[in-house]
Amino acid sequence: MRIACPFCGERENGEFTYLGDASPKRPNFAVDSGESPEGVEDAFYDYVYLRDNVAGYMREYWYHGGGCRSWLIAERNTVTHEFRSVTAAPGVGAAKPVQAGE
Amino acid sequence: MKYSIFSLAKAALSGHKGWTRAWRDPAPKSHYDVIIIGGGGHGLATAYFLANEYGIRNVAVLEKGWIGSGNAGRNTTIIRSNYGLPGNTGFYEMSMKLWERMEQDLNYNAMVSQRGIINLYHSDAQRDAFARRGNTMRINGIDAELLDAVQIRKELPFLNYDSPRFPIMGGLLQRRGGTARHDAVVWGYARAADQRGVDIIQNCEVTGFVRDHNGKITGVETSRGKISAGKVGMAVAGNTSRVAAMAGMKLPIESHVLQAFVSEAIKPLIPGVITFGAGHFYISQSDKGGLVFGGDLDGYNSYAQRGNMPVIEDVCEGGMAVMPMIGRVRMLRQWGGIMDMSMDGTPIIDKTPIDGLYLNAGWCYGGFKATPASGLVFAHLLARDEPHPEAARFRLDRFRRGAMIDEKGQGAQPNLH
Repeated sequence: MRIACPFCGERENGEFTYLGDASPKRPNFAVDSGESPEGVEDAFYDYVYLRDNVAGYMREYWYHGGGCRSWLIAERNTVTHEFRSVTAAPGVGAAKPVQAGE
Repeated sequence: MKYSIFSLAKAALSGHKGWTRAWRDPAPKSHYDVIIIGGGGHGLATAYFLANEYGIRNVAVLEKGWIGSGNAGRNTTIIRSNYGLPGNTGFYEMSMKLWERMEQDLNYNAMVSQRGIINLYHSDAQRDAFARRGNTMRINGIDAELLDAVQIRKELPFLNYDSPRFPIMGGLLQRRGGTARHDAVVWGYARAADQRGVDIIQNCEVTGFVRDHNGKITGVETSRGKISAGKVGMAVAGNTSRVAAMAGMKLPIESHVLQAFVSEAIKPLIPGVITFGAGHFYISQSDKGGLVFGGDLDGYNSYAQRGNMPVIEDVCEGGMAVMPMIGRVRMLRQWGGIMDMSMDGTPIIDKTPIDGLYLNAGWCYGGFKATPASGLVFAHLLARDEPHPEAARFRLDRFRRGAMIDEKGQGAQPNLH
């Protein structure tokens, strides 16, 4: 598996550290959102513990610790290890920051 | 046919032409009391215990490929019960006791060999942690001995004791740990289950669940047609999320690839199992002579049953660091298996929220040693509708309750367990 870092070019995957599925978003409840405590608990349980564990293309976080030290989002097939795209994660370099939940 | 020295002698005299097949190849019936999805060690052991201990014999084991073609045939065959947390200690010791009588129970040579397992330590802090774990084991009636460097050197003179980074100060030894022949475990349970009336149906992939108007699972759709069932148990570690998704269930599990390696066969060299946790490396020697070794997960989600080069390099470096002479043998084969990594590193054996569907999953990379106990407690759950006392902590809702069993203290990051 080689990963095409948008900043450094194609590098071997030993340079990268894996975080996991990029789709779970941290729940963001305002104090007076009116959400029940159980609802908040459910949302956090889902965020922290439950995973789609996709067989196929999955968006996931990689960290290029052996290179530019950027967080990246890759689309990779978990069945074949093929990459479809690798882009900078929101908040990194040229990419526009995105709030969780957007 | 009962296997014994006499059956062997008799077959030898007739040129070994009299052997019959060890289990039948039945066509699926239209209904079973219990269907087990997954013909690995755990699924077959479950069927065996259902028939043998709980009197439920109208049972089918459905396997998409051939039995033992998943992780049962891809592990590094180690058995041990050196755990430290409540829930794990009792469960894995029960498994160890079942290993010790397995060959008599099944009338099958599973080559269970209690040649000992040593976990090396390299610092005062690690020694204290191992002393604590050893004490926990002994309080629970499990054998454990804390060895110092002199004692280890007597048993394993070939290790690198003077590494400046990881000097070997001693190790925690469980003498009753060891290895077993993984394929023989599968075949032994298959044959014993078959003899008790269980149908083992290979090349039969489950493609969906059949549900009644209340949502209860009443059977499965398979590549060989629809089969109805009183209860359905899943023992498909590696693919648990995919099968659960057919029932609309999302689980606290990720699938990861773990690689293993075997060298060319050499004369007896390593007496037992050696783990070098600090260097992400462990090794044993098979009865055939190959050095069997491995290390960490590759670290990324995968269903591919193959890994990548960085971990191969890492494992080989770990081997060279702790046992420099390993550099003189050639690697023969390398492969990958898909681990059901749970969010706390501990298995899940429980009823699911869906009526009629039962779950045996999340074995991380420790499923092989658990095979007999997993079968027994899952059979208990399926037969009695309540957890076996030794598996009462392996519940699916423990994450929500905050009752995790996190042996490594790593938190909800499956690739680090």
